Amino acid sequence: MKIAIITFPGSNCDQDCHRSIELAGGSPSYVWHRETSLRGADAVIVPGGFAHGDYLRPGAIARFSPIMDAVTAFGEEGGVVVGICNGFQVLCEAGMLPGALLRNESLSFQSHHCRLRVERTDSVFTSGYRKRQVLGMPLSHADGSYYADAGTLAVLEEERRVLFRYCDAQGNASAEANPNGSLKNIAGIVNARGNVLGMMPHPDRAIEAVLGSVDGLPFFESIVGAVAREEVA
Amino acid sequence: MTRFTVEVLVTPRPGLLDPQGKAIHHALSSLGYDAVEDVRVGKAIYLEVAAATPEDARERAEEMCRKLLANPVTEDFRITAEADGTAP
Repeated sequence: MKIAIITFPGSNCDQDCHRSIELAGGSPSYVWHRETSLRGADAVIVPGGFAHGDYLRPGAIARFSPIMDAVTAFGEEGGVVVGICNGFQVLCEAGMLPGALLRNESLSFQSHHCRLRVERTDSVFTSGYRKRQVLGMPLSHADGSYYADAGTLAVLEEERRVLFRYCDAQGNASAEANPNGSLKNIAGIVNARGNVLGMMPHPDRAIEAVLGSVDGLPFFESIVGAVAREEVA
Repeated sequence: MTRFTVEVLVTPRPGLLDPQGKAIHHALSSLGYDAVEDVRVGKAIYLEVAAATPEDARERAEEMCRKLLANPVTEDFRITAEADGTAP
């Protein structure tokens, strides 16, 4: 199954995502942001980095890149779209996911390992995990504080659209375990249909033992597996 | 057509966590400016726009704000347009 990785000027995790998909058994290919077609891809990843220098607001300019029309249409048709870190910011700016990522509460760039709790496993992104499993993976961002208005937050919780929450080693989503001031310790959410996901931490930087964690690999295996099943069906 | 300088002020919504504002508020307090009750930090964007009237220039800037310059989820904006040469 072909997985398109969108590359913007300033993307810097496109190669991490490429390697992740390869290790998960999929066929990754890069799609430059000036292109207008996903070339028949079965899923799309918007990787981390600093697309267009993050000028104005992270993702604000990237969302108008030519390829984004195809990404939006693909997502609306039910195609699997993943935004990691800067990719999450792009998908929020594009209106494919609700809310926004604000400057970290601490005002400093956060770059360290964090822990995440898997909130549900009945999704195309998390079927390779156990419910409430605690994952370790890096995060690396200045603007990762998830914000949405109270009404939107209530809908996200009610519809169980939070897939990952920052937590401590015991799996408690405590204030101390919150690295950036995200409301409700939210680290990753999906859209109403469940086919578009955004997350700030980097599963793509936790795929081999040499990186200090392999907890991100099941994330990519879940996606490759789900897309493969769809192809057979 | 006249050239207008359009000033767009983009500010975080009141009540939204604004860590920059908080940090500056803290600094002002430590300098003894106790009268300051709240600080919020936004940004100013200046556009040079050719338009028939100031209303026209403002309208265009408003469209730009809705589309790109401000995030409707987290930010408010305010627009003023001055014909070039009339600004103080």
